[in-house]
Amino acid sequence: MARVIIEVVGLTAGFGDDIILRDLNFKVYEGEIFVIVGGSGCGKSTLLKHLIGLHEVKSGRILLFGKDITTAREEELMRLKQEMGVLFQTSALFGSMTLYENIALPLQEFTTLSQDTIDMLVKIKLAMVGLEGYENHFPNELSGGMKKRAGIARAMALDPSILFLDEPSAGLDPVTSAELDGLIKKINRGTGTTMVIVTHELESIFSISDRIIMLDKSKKGIIAEGRPKELKMYSPDPKVLNFFNRGAISEASRKGYKG
Amino acid sequence: MKNFKFFLYCGIHHNVPKEGSAFYSKTEENGNTVISLSGNISLFTIEEILLSLREILKEEQPKKITIDLSKVEYLDTSGALLLVRVEEEAKHSGFTLEYINMDQKIKAMMGLIDRDVLMTPQTATEKRGPGFIERVGEETVSLIKNIREVVSFGGELIYETLYSFFHIKKIRWGDVILYMKKVGVDGLPIIGLISFLLGLILAFMSSLQLKQFGANIYVPSLLSIAMVRELGPIMTAILVTGRSGSAFAAEIGTMKVNEEIDALITMGFNPVRFLAIPKVFATVIVMPFLTLFSDISAFLGGMLIGVAILDLTIYTYIQQTIKAIDVFNILISLFKSMVLAILIAGIGCQRGFTVTGGAQGVGNATTSAVVAGLFLIIIVDSIFAIVLNYI
Ligand SMILES: Nc1ncnc2c1ncn2[C@@H]1O[C@H](COP(=O)(O)OP(=O)(O)O)[C@@H](O)[C@H]1O
Ligand SMILES: [Mg+2]
Repeated sequence: MARVIIEVVGLTAGFGDDIILRDLNFKVYEGEIFVIVGGSGCGKSTLLKHLIGLHEVKSGRILLFGKDITTAREEELMRLKQEMGVLFQTSALFGSMTLYENIALPLQEFTTLSQDTIDMLVKIKLAMVGLEGYENHFPNELSGGMKKRAGIARAMALDPSILFLDEPSAGLDPVTSAELDGLIKKINRGTGTTMVIVTHELESIFSISDRIIMLDKSKKGIIAEGRPKELKMYSPDPKVLNFFNRGAISEASRKGYKG
Repeated sequence: MKNFKFFLYCGIHHNVPKEGSAFYSKTEENGNTVISLSGNISLFTIEEILLSLREILKEEQPKKITIDLSKVEYLDTSGALLLVRVEEEAKHSGFTLEYINMDQKIKAMMGLIDRDVLMTPQTATEKRGPGFIERVGEETVSLIKNIREVVSFGGELIYETLYSFFHIKKIRWGDVILYMKKVGVDGLPIIGLISFLLGLILAFMSSLQLKQFGANIYVPSLLSIAMVRELGPIMTAILVTGRSGSAFAAEIGTMKVNEEIDALITMGFNPVRFLAIPKVFATVIVMPFLTLFSDISAFLGGMLIGVAILDLTIYTYIQQTIKAIDVFNILISLFKSMVLAILIAGIGCQRGFTVTGGAQGVGNATTSAVVAGLFLIIIVDSIFAIVLNYI
């Protein structure tokens, strides 16, 4: 059995008096591609932001490499943060910096690499996501999909051992989206990076995910967990079946899952 | 047998066919009403159709209504909504309703309407407006929260400033220089112009009074004391608040909205150290120079009046000015401007960090940065005035 990288125990999350997610329990294992799916507004991004320690939990624990980030001390958190790369839903590239500067920033700050090496690394990372030659472009000169890819390049700058990607292929054309899936898989198989990915795209889910959890807005929790192919066939929950067989069942889809 | 006929005209709505909707009704003896709808059933006519329908229901209390749709020429989703609504109303109030001659298009249109949604009560979006006491309470709580946030940010800023003093190399000097240019160099023209005009006006207005006593010679000293002690630092501070305090709030606020701050945090950066410290340092460094520049511009403005109108020589004007001000006052003024710089830049950044929501939040933060900045300027200036009075 692979090592547990993330363990979520009884996590309740929300803002102010609003509870968004209640009593979640799940584990993410080393080297797997773990996908979070669910309708829009059900709290996928919220969950992701809790996992990376951006928001305070209402209750429960989040263990990263066995360390509880809800109670960890500053220095410990800093060390854990260097292990994670994050792509935010809005890409969150620094608007006042070029792509080069965006990607070089963590390298300059947290490593003692020479300028030459940093230049090379930035070049390689950009080429990896198909953005070679865009070093001197500013984020607002890129299309949405290119920003996402640049965001992935930045997330991988420090070769993290966990990558968190919030809707990496949203807004991409099918070809680019498939390429991105290929890239994600390649990174995962090549480097053994554990990945936690939020996505809507059925094709992505089937092609990349090892395991998924499905969140539901009305239940404020997980309604399915497992391998997508099995869930597609055997899930007892009609919502889950509808999601995975989207398009195949026309009548059910009218009443069912609203994403 | 009764027979009525309404013609309803929907007027000059450009994007719908211009003819009105016609609406016929015909009652038959056995309590059975047949209504024939024709023409346009659209957003602009359904209200009237519904009203007339209800009137018929009230007046005739029919057991069964048959609606003939064969002559309908145009139907949009609101028209379809009307048909669905009438159907549902019929179900609930116990008369029978039948549509006849409904063609495929109308059927498809009606299929678009989700009846469940129609029947579920509106989710309570608008809460009852809070009463006076509730509002006062709410405002008070938010004011206290606001003050607490400002104080806590102030503490963080002080901590990070001290940290930066001990880790000089970690300061983002590139950013410091960039902001020194933005706050300082780029601010020179407007500060120079305003101060020059201020000096001009002050000298002119005071000369009008002093002339009566033949005391023109005191215009330079009056102007220089007023500028160095009070107006120089304050004018500069006000202009820097408007130009740069607001810009800091907008810049950081936009980064907050775009999740860039989140990205910084997850990358392991301290956002205050990364974003606020360079801005505060830059402002503190340039502010004394801007204040001096403002003093000098006003001095030049005053001198123009002095030489042109008051028959003072340039030499006398300079001599009188130097006599009036001393080094201590200048140093105090520069010190005051540095304190103001910390507050202006600090509150600008703080407002940026507290932005929630989207573009509107950024707008609010910008406004709030200026208002809070001006407020702090007055407070600090008063404190300086009182303290200096006792020294
Ligand atoms: N910073 C926030 N403050 C308050 N509510 C939030 C905040 N971020 C998200 N929410 C709310 O949390 C819910 C889940 O949002 P999110 O996690 O972004 O959904 P999604 O699954 O589409 O990523 C939404 O109802 C949203 O309104
Ligand atoms: Mg989201």
